[in-house]
Amino acid sequence: MESFLHQLFSGLATGSIYASLALALVMIYQATHLVNFAQGELAMFSTYVCWTMISAGVPYWLAFVATLLISFACGVLLERAVIRPLRHAPVLSVVIVFIALLLIFNSLAGFLFGQDIQSFPSPFASLEPLQSPFVSAHQIGVMLVTLMLVLVLFVFFRFTSLGLALRAVAVNPESSRLVGIRVGSMLALGWGLSSAIGAIAGMMIAPIVFLEPNMMAGVQLYAFAAALVGGIDSPAGAVVGGLLVGVLENLVGAYLIGTELKLSVALAAIVLVLVVKPSGLLGKTIVKRV
Amino acid sequence: MSEPYTAMAVPSHLPLARRAALSSALWLGGAALVALAPFVLEDYSVFQLTLVMATAIALLGLNLLTGFNGPISLGHGAFFALGAYTQAILMDKLGLSYTLGVPLAGLLCLGFGVLFGLPALRLDGLYLALATFALAVSLPQLLKYRHLAPWTGGVQGITLSKPAAPFGLALTPDQWLYFFTLFWLLLAFLSARRLLRSHVGRALVAIRDQPIAALALGVDVPRYKTLTFGVSALYTGIAGALSTIAVQFVAPDSFSVLLSIDLLVGIVVGGIASLSGALYGAMFLRFVPMLTDQLSKTATGAVYGVVLIGFVYALPLGIAGFVTRITARLRATVARRGHD
Repeated sequence: MESFLHQLFSGLATGSIYASLALALVMIYQATHLVNFAQGELAMFSTYVCWTMISAGVPYWLAFVATLLISFACGVLLERAVIRPLRHAPVLSVVIVFIALLLIFNSLAGFLFGQDIQSFPSPFASLEPLQSPFVSAHQIGVMLVTLMLVLVLFVFFRFTSLGLALRAVAVNPESSRLVGIRVGSMLALGWGLSSAIGAIAGMMIAPIVFLEPNMMAGVQLYAFAAALVGGIDSPAGAVVGGLLVGVLENLVGAYLIGTELKLSVALAAIVLVLVVKPSGLLGKTIVKRV
Repeated sequence: MSEPYTAMAVPSHLPLARRAALSSALWLGGAALVALAPFVLEDYSVFQLTLVMATAIALLGLNLLTGFNGPISLGHGAFFALGAYTQAILMDKLGLSYTLGVPLAGLLCLGFGVLFGLPALRLDGLYLALATFALAVSLPQLLKYRHLAPWTGGVQGITLSKPAAPFGLALTPDQWLYFFTLFWLLLAFLSARRLLRSHVGRALVAIRDQPIAALALGVDVPRYKTLTFGVSALYTGIAGALSTIAVQFVAPDSFSVLLSIDLLVGIVVGGIASLSGALYGAMFLRFVPMLTDQLSKTATGAVYGVVLIGFVYALPLGIAGFVTRITARLRATVARRGHD
């Protein structure tokens, strides 16, 4: 029972990280109907930026905030420079460019920061009130951070006019433009937010999987699975999907097939959802007019 | 827009016989070059060319699907791996001849391609890319799986020996494999061309460009898509089997997600929806990493990434499209001179 609880909680903890990365994916999907295959690599790169600052002696939380700002700026820049020119391009071109970004960020990280595996500090590990028998302090901290993130995003999208404008652009860009919303700026803002959220996921998973250029490959796959399970156009779905996939991964890994086939769980979840219920648990069913 | 029109129209002013002679001279020259290459080059270069041809077959397969029919696959490395492992297991565990292994590996991939294609092709562009990407990422874990290890060799993989030339031919093993692979490349290329020029080919392109109109005209869209997925997997599986004979080794880490990405890079660089592009793409994939690896260990990825973005923006039809444009211009100039 104790080991079951342990598996359950560590599943919820990693699941909440998948949830944040899935949120980042959903954010871009809502605004542009694209799936960012480079999301994980962007997050990995942000994590390296944070690690560089911490290694230089910057306090953790200062580095954390600075990383969020830098990631935000990078996201905006990417949207302006690379994604916007592809507005009317076919899906294939867009997928190719995302794969290109994946390759570029991956090798850039290897070039700038080296291929060696680095340990990444956890700000929660030594906090007294977070110690408990089932869960490590870092896992509790991760869940708290995700909870905060979800709350902040909810308040932002629900109660601010900027959030409303972002939602409007996602639903109907033409009408939004007619009422005076700057659609281009909103898309750039969406990209910035998405890469900042991804950075949080990266900095939270790094103490668990250790920091190296390929650290996000598996995490990104679980985030894809999470976004699809929850419904790729639903932020709430991303959170539910993330937690579900995290728990499933841990329990199936521990009791059914062993850890060496864990990634196949994500593959199976993705294929199953796409075939049985492509809209996911909380997503909108799209009816195509022919 | 008058320039391209004249460029296409002028060559017909050349006397027909002269044009035919020129073109057959070019073909003969090319054929002689291909036939003589293995006797002039060192064994290692011959081996490289063999791998180029095997990769070209895989690119033909991916291009049939993604280029001509439309569905995006980011997981064709999985079929390459399946073909490679089938060949290795047939040779090593069952003692079968490598000549039988190639078609058998292809057929197995055809079956798996159809099976995977049945559910997957109901998905729209992006979702299929996602599902196949997931397949590519999780593949090495499946290949390493403990309970499959008696067959797959687990993490160590399988080591094979290079077959000698049959019938007492005076060829080194590398030269023989060059011709063996060349045979399969020609077969693959000619059958792909035949397929694309038939009504099936027109249906494939129609499905890519106007799916609704194709449906309305009575094209059985799901059937064609599933079959294309199968045939595409067949090509890629044959390529995997051929490269296994040449490399004499399979291991899970050769079939990471990067292999699938490489194949995508290959068709983008060679030319999407172009048959000759497969050769350009395969040469790029084989020879560019040799240059970039000298720069730094991580340079290849960055170069591939930059090249991909560059091609999408500047050369969307790849090298093949570029070559077509240049030759059309050259022909026009030659014809104009002949005419004056």
